[in-house]
Amino acid sequence: MADLRTVFAGISSPNPFWLASAPPTDKEYNVRRAFQAGWGGVVWKTLGEDPPVVNVSSRYGALTYEGRRMAGLNNIELISDRPLATNIAEIKRVKRDFPDRALVVSLMVPCREESWKAILPIVEETGADGIELNFGCPHGMSERNMGAAVGQVPEYVEMVTRWCKQYTRMPVIVKLTPNITNILAPARAALAGGADAVSLINTIQSVIGVDLDAMAPMPVVGGQGTHGGYCGPAVKPIALRMIGDIARDPDLSALPISGIGGIGDWRDAAEFLAMGATTLQVCTAAMHYGFRIVEDMADGLSRWMDSKGYAGVADVTGRAIPRYVHWNDLNLKFRTLARIDQDACIKCGLCHIACEDTSHQAIARLRDGANRRYEVIDAECVGCNLCAHVCPVDGCITMEPQPVDGMQTWREHPNNPSRVTA
Amino acid sequence: MTATPDIVCGRLSELELSRNFADAHPALTGPQAALEADRCLYCFDAPCMEACPTGIDIPRFIKAIATGNLAGSARTILESNILGGSCARVCPTEILCEQACVHNGLETGKPVRIGALQRFSTDWQMHHGGQPFVRAPLTGRRVAVVGAGPAGLACAHRLAMHGHDVALFDRHAEPGGLNSYGVAAYKLADDFARREVAFLMAIGGITFHGGVTVGRDITLSALGGHYDAVFLATGLAGVRALGLAGETLDGVMDAVSFIETVRSNDKKDVPVGRRVVVIGGGNTAVDAAVQARRLGADEVTLVYRRGIEHMSATPVEREWAQTNGVTVRLWAAPERLLSENGVLTGIIFARGRAGADGHVVYDPEDSFTLAADMVLKAIGQVFLPAHAEGEHIAVEGGRIVVDARYRTSMPGIYAGGDCIAGEDLTVAAVRDGRDAAEAIDKALRAAGQENG
Repeated sequence: MADLRTVFAGISSPNPFWLASAPPTDKEYNVRRAFQAGWGGVVWKTLGEDPPVVNVSSRYGALTYEGRRMAGLNNIELISDRPLATNIAEIKRVKRDFPDRALVVSLMVPCREESWKAILPIVEETGADGIELNFGCPHGMSERNMGAAVGQVPEYVEMVTRWCKQYTRMPVIVKLTPNITNILAPARAALAGGADAVSLINTIQSVIGVDLDAMAPMPVVGGQGTHGGYCGPAVKPIALRMIGDIARDPDLSALPISGIGGIGDWRDAAEFLAMGATTLQVCTAAMHYGFRIVEDMADGLSRWMDSKGYAGVADVTGRAIPRYVHWNDLNLKFRTLARIDQDACIKCGLCHIACEDTSHQAIARLRDGANRRYEVIDAECVGCNLCAHVCPVDGCITMEPQPVDGMQTWREHPNNPSRVTA
Repeated sequence: MTATPDIVCGRLSELELSRNFADAHPALTGPQAALEADRCLYCFDAPCMEACPTGIDIPRFIKAIATGNLAGSARTILESNILGGSCARVCPTEILCEQACVHNGLETGKPVRIGALQRFSTDWQMHHGGQPFVRAPLTGRRVAVVGAGPAGLACAHRLAMHGHDVALFDRHAEPGGLNSYGVAAYKLADDFARREVAFLMAIGGITFHGGVTVGRDITLSALGGHYDAVFLATGLAGVRALGLAGETLDGVMDAVSFIETVRSNDKKDVPVGRRVVVIGGGNTAVDAAVQARRLGADEVTLVYRRGIEHMSATPVEREWAQTNGVTVRLWAAPERLLSENGVLTGIIFARGRAGADGHVVYDPEDSFTLAADMVLKAIGQVFLPAHAEGEHIAVEGGRIVVDARYRTSMPGIYAGGDCIAGEDLTVAAVRDGRDAAEAIDKALRAAGQENG
């Protein structure tokens, strides 16, 4: 079996699956259960200064899509609402009992040097393996000039990172907010401040839905609602893009990444690793199904690595990055065509109507009495893949790459007014 | 064999009877309907829709269930089929919409439960929304509809919708036709047929005249003279006889009458034999056999003259009979009714087999006897042209002849449902009634323009 052990920013864990800083890592009871279930590490839910924050009742809103629950999850919970001393004592006990697991502590205190200087030794004394700076919380805390309010200003990111590196010997992971135009700016700032690693993405600012009876955004708190942070399967594409952007940036390629955002199974995990992550943080999937999901995550990842001949996690990390290019680098001569397996086709007609109404009129609808038949018109097919995506039968519509005659990108294309001429 | 007639009421306790005649297939709950609706792929050019004689936009009504738009869902059903509630219960969906469902290609034998979903929507409408259609401005036209079964009711409703006034005649005291008198009680439990008629009639403009037999109480010509148009939907009022001596014995009756007795009476007041033999292979035979069992008959045997593949009862109906403890015997033809002292005691069947030319060959020397207190004949219903006697209305192959616009050979007289040729299905009758109403409306409006 492939070796899933990871070393991330100097922190070792038996596998790359960590629980992200969130309700599942709020206290000793949960974290012990998580470690017993097999999680390689946890990032303890964000600690702040005393007196602790106060949380509201009614905290989550979920996106249900065609019967699938929690395709996306939004929360308006703040950081830990328990006294600092309680958390510190629990962290210490758990780390003592699980020395082989990664235990990282998430922190968020006001943007003042003395605040950070005060809390760091307290955390260091627990024996925790590292700290993660919560520069991402997009609700509540950001309105108090913390969380995303810091993460959105690269100068603050660099400044606070530097303080932390100055006042602790623990590795410093900077957790980035996706609520920003260019993720490279805060990532560079973190590196400049001396960060040992970054983790991303934190949640995305969102209104999950509107309660049409209460006429208020959800979750409804006493008749009102507020924006929250969005996570879960729906945010995975956004996370993959931001992680890939950092991983392929020449200046940032040495910065380890802990990937976060909608990871629910081993396949998601493999994709995050391929796009540059070294460790993986999970929350929504565990909140949906419990800690036991890690069993198949670790087992599935390991078996997949075996099947591909990858001996360790490091062999997968960044594997797709050389092929993650800018649009202008894509070969315009490449062509792929839809193929319908007529024996597998169940005649639902979804490929036809999708193509007919919204794409290229490239799937013909043929009738012979009661028999329906859908056929690709090669001359009209642009290889957009839409039919293959809407088809409800696995493997019924496949995309068949055609022989390619050389390479021509937009950079050289005659239609490009600013083309490169040889 | 005993010479004592053993046909009695109340073989079972009232509790057992009420359980036996409760809804055969209970309704989906809201969460069940939502889960099932999400299975629908929302096909384009959906095969299920084409398989429905009334052409209900099935993907659309199911999508509306999935989105929680139940009023819209029900309207989609009811504008194609105003008897969508009873069709959801009695349609052989396994040979119609659900057979065509593309899910069969994904998971054999697991189509979307279209019938159950249709029931969910129409039930919601009847409980919460009432009659969803309003009448067009009144036209002052009057149309007679003869026969208040599914075809007649569908026609009456559509005519009323278009602003015409309808006089609805039926030989029975209550409207509903086969839904009220001819379908197994557990298929339309909880007084559904009556409730659905009330729901349908709530549109207004329909006056029911019960206990009127056209041809006896009033002639067709007279009706034609009184009304601007007439729609005949009299169904199949006759039943085939066995052609055996002894058919008039007590205990020998036709299955249609037996079912009508079950439907018209408190179950504790319906007499049933201890040993019942049902002759026939259609859904009427199954309905009679299973209801006999559920009334408390010890032994019920359904005897069909040919093989299982020839039975007109669907496989689902046959399984229903078998799981209800009905013994099915095939390739046997009734030879002789046995009696002692004028009391039915049994029936002798000749065994048969498929002959070389495909016809069944029965061997009178090779027979078996079934003891029976009751023999129910379900070997087919026939059109009785009583109302047409003395009238110049064309009949062919035992059914009224109509053209594509449901016009008979008599001017102004239309016909549809089981009394014309075609599938004898409730849902097909509803389509006939609806489409005949459209044809009548069109003709009346055209005539109005000419006169105006």
